[in-house]
Amino acid sequence: MNGHEAFRGRNLPALAVESVNHHIKVGIEIHQQLDTPKKLFCGCPTVLREEDPHFSILRRLKPTYSELGDLDRAALFESERRRTFCYQGYNDTVCLVELDEEPPHDLNRDAVSISLTVAALLNMTPVDEIHVMRKIVIDGSNTTGFQRTAKIAFDGWLMDGEERITMQSLCLEEDAARKISDTPEMMTYRLDRLGIPLVEIATGPDIHSGEQAERVALQLGRILKATGRMKRGLGTIRQDLNISIEGGTRIEVKGVQELGLISTVVEYEVTRQRNLLLLREELKRRGVTAPRPKVVDVTDVFSSSNGKVIKKALESGGRVQAVLLPGYGGLLKTELQPGRRFGMELSDHAKVFGGVGGIFHTDELPAYGITEEDLRGLRKKVSATENDAVVFVAAEAAVGSVALNAVVMRASEALKGVPGEVRAFNPDGTTHFMRPMPGSARMYPETDVPSIVVGADLLDKIRRDLPELLEKRTERYIKEYGLSKDLAALIVDSPYAITFERLVKSDGLAPSFVAATFEYTLKMLKREGIDVESLEEGQIRDVLIRVHKGEVAKEAVAEIFRWLASNRGRSIEEATRALSLGAVDTAALKAAVAELVGRNMERIRRDGERALSPLMGDLMKTFRGKVGGKVLHELLKEEIRRRLEGAPR
Amino acid sequence: MVSGYKGKVLELIKKHGLEVGDRVLAKNERISFSGILMPRSELDDDQHLILKLDDGYNIGLSIEGLVVQKLPSEESKISPPPFEAKSNPSLPKVSIISTGGTIASKVDYRTGAVSPALSARDLYQSVPELGDLADIRTEILLSVLSENIVPENWGSMARSVSNHIKDGAKGVVITHGTDTMGYTAAALSFALSNLPVPVILVGSQRSSDRPSSDAYLNLKGAVFAAARAPFAEVGVLMHGGSSDSSLVVHRGTRVRKLHTSRRDAFASVNALPLARVQDGKIETYGGYRRRGGGELELKANFEEDVVLIKSFPGVPPDIFDPVIHRGFRGIVLEGTGLGHLPESLFPSIRRAIQSGLTVVMASQCLYGRVNMNVYSTGRELLNMGVIPAGDMLPETALVKLMWVLGQTDEPEKIRELFLKNIAGELSERSDFIDVERG
Ligand SMILES: [Zn+2]
Repeated sequence: MNGHEAFRGRNLPALAVESVNHHIKVGIEIHQQLDTPKKLFCGCPTVLREEDPHFSILRRLKPTYSELGDLDRAALFESERRRTFCYQGYNDTVCLVELDEEPPHDLNRDAVSISLTVAALLNMTPVDEIHVMRKIVIDGSNTTGFQRTAKIAFDGWLMDGEERITMQSLCLEEDAARKISDTPEMMTYRLDRLGIPLVEIATGPDIHSGEQAERVALQLGRILKATGRMKRGLGTIRQDLNISIEGGTRIEVKGVQELGLISTVVEYEVTRQRNLLLLREELKRRGVTAPRPKVVDVTDVFSSSNGKVIKKALESGGRVQAVLLPGYGGLLKTELQPGRRFGMELSDHAKVFGGVGGIFHTDELPAYGITEEDLRGLRKKVSATENDAVVFVAAEAAVGSVALNAVVMRASEALKGVPGEVRAFNPDGTTHFMRPMPGSARMYPETDVPSIVVGADLLDKIRRDLPELLEKRTERYIKEYGLSKDLAALIVDSPYAITFERLVKSDGLAPSFVAATFEYTLKMLKREGIDVESLEEGQIRDVLIRVHKGEVAKEAVAEIFRWLASNRGRSIEEATRALSLGAVDTAALKAAVAELVGRNMERIRRDGERALSPLMGDLMKTFRGKVGGKVLHELLKEEIRRRLEGAPR
Repeated sequence: MVSGYKGKVLELIKKHGLEVGDRVLAKNERISFSGILMPRSELDDDQHLILKLDDGYNIGLSIEGLVVQKLPSEESKISPPPFEAKSNPSLPKVSIISTGGTIASKVDYRTGAVSPALSARDLYQSVPELGDLADIRTEILLSVLSENIVPENWGSMARSVSNHIKDGAKGVVITHGTDTMGYTAAALSFALSNLPVPVILVGSQRSSDRPSSDAYLNLKGAVFAAARAPFAEVGVLMHGGSSDSSLVVHRGTRVRKLHTSRRDAFASVNALPLARVQDGKIETYGGYRRRGGGELELKANFEEDVVLIKSFPGVPPDIFDPVIHRGFRGIVLEGTGLGHLPESLFPSIRRAIQSGLTVVMASQCLYGRVNMNVYSTGRELLNMGVIPAGDMLPETALVKLMWVLGQTDEPEKIRELFLKNIAGELSERSDFIDVERG
């Protein structure tokens, strides 16, 4: 469908695509899971699980009146859907607290300390007393119907080049349950993630471009990492972006997990807001007024239609219903973001509010088996002219009517410009409507959890133990351990930095060898899909020490790790035996060396030292990975010396 | 009002003429905040005040070096949507009597605590679907947490139920805190003799101010059961599992709270429940007293001077002395196993009975019945005059003894009445049933 090109020439100026503009305001909200042994309000471990859950329960949620008597709009919106929520759990890692069957335990002090450490690194001021709140969230992602959250610190900063970026607030909160599946009737969540502590850091709206947003997010991420107490891997960090342009509205884009997408998301949202403003101008120019939410039953027009969706809906007792958008003709094709037209915004509202599969509209038809003739009938039925757009859905009557009302509501908002809303991002960086912006009155005190005074002693201790920032640590590793710049940066950025330093210090292992093992060997194994995380630090240390002593060949390290990772709980001895490493007994080895040397005495006498290297080559062919090169080398040299010194044959 | 504040922080608040709910500017050399002054828990210190910031978060600010100032506060324009009570005279009349407890509580933003505040009318308002189930009358009888309920309250509840039934109620719902709901259920079972309609006690384990509260489903189920159940008994209706799907009505004399916090904390002990309520259907389990027939007879006197004493290794015999001296009228013993006590207590028990106290033996096992013939110690207790409580729950035995002593003073009548099954609390047979719990 290439209608847009033709349309643009007629009515609208070219799409605005420009990334840097000082009227752009962006704020970032980072959510990062903490790597604590226990959850925020119970003693469960903070592990995600993939095997079949042990049990599941069904629940419903109901919105309640807030202290201001305002039934929160977003809350109401969710409850309108009256869904059943299914929660899955595991007997050994999910307890009654996650099930909302037991009051929360005291706030996890370890998590509080980590949050205060992050706050200090971000130059923030901690609160004097921490109060846990209930933030109402009734999309089912929390069994309670609220997320527990506490403000820990506020008003800090970090520098992006010459620019000072405000760190508005740092909150410590419980992560939500994981969504497993989603149907109009039932939403399924897994409770393993519910209650994992996370810090939420919100910057001020001081960021002026997508690139800057990305830089700030990166810097924040590195500061968090410096604590060594952050969870790593997919899903452990999420960024929400608040984006607005002059004349536009603050839009929240939820859950961007990849840093690399941030600049694109910002760019596309700026584009979308600009295009919505242009769309508003065009509607004004046309003299369009707010459409009326008058839903017309047009089933008879389509009674013999060949459209697949329509046929199917009618067969199962559905109706085709339509609304008229007077003056909107052609505008539903307006491209707001690459590949996303205004019609899709309407459709998203219909889907989210009405739960329909989608909408049809006259700007994209005839197509999908719907003919010119169908359209003529439709237009006649709702008295639409060529200047008008008609939107219709085929669904159960009540559902269709809700969906079309949502369409009319969104179409009317186009007359005002950019409606404030929460959007979710698509893999290409564009976004789609998720839900209305939540109201502000959705916080209640969590009366089940006592407050915590942030004492001077605790703050002193936090300040004394502030972790080294990653940049500093990299420099130190280069200087202190003689690592290359690349290797130092890699190891500092990896989860192994602390282990690395411990091994080098305690066991006197060669720093570059240890670093390379972590950064190259283990990473290579991880790429192969081997569960490197299951290796215990003690095992890794043991293997490295054995290599250092020459008991295990350097070349065998990867093989040993591979075996240990797939044979959990087994020892290194078992690994070497199973891999027939180090299984060569000394006598056999010596005999082999003696035999080799004997066979090559002529050459040795002739070439002296130079003969060593080809002989080593031969030995390695037999013993590679089984005996360390150093050991072979020693044996070989000794045997040669013995022969040359004239030991009798 | 400056609730929860004390000591130094209270002085500061008073000095500036502040009240909870005022908009306040608070600053020191590091910070400056405006927010709403919030109430403080009585248990917290006197060094911090609580502000609700504009983003909704509460934070505690140390009063050291803190300067506070009252700001003009803007009136909240938002008010709850108007409430129209539905009334449908064609539906069965059901009365909801409110006594307090978690089902009838909400966060009090003045005190920051959960307190019994929602009236029966509030409940009806927050669950408007109740209007589709029955034609509802409401009454606020009490407003107490259930741990504070006293036997006298059982009497007023029984009288209130009786009045509602006389006024034509086809069923009565009593909202009640869960802690002592089992005791009240037993008490009403004895007090409401010849009951013509169901009386359903209902509570919730998660307070009704929370989106996940079990109050809504429980209350709907209770009204439904009161309106439609075929039985005319006192029942306790709560969740049948952790899910918001099935509800169970337990017989008032057989129910016990067996979990501190779960939604399905209540279980029927030594008996099947009365019914299960699920998907708009009431499924009964077996024998029950039918609706209809007869005139309600109120027997709402309870003798409060009865104690429940649990036996345990090393229980000191002289704990009975004050009970005997102070003139208590009855003792329910929670013996071990089949109904045993250490022999060291025997002289005390003998003295109690000789002093005119009625002594009853139930078992701390909860499940099963006492049988004091199996071992000689049991037989000795029987010979002293201890009355075995059969398969009654110890708490039910306590309530029953209070009730029996409220009906008669004659020792022979007391024994006879206690040993007689009044409201399904006692049975001759122990059914082999899968115990419904946890
Ligand atoms: Zn837990």
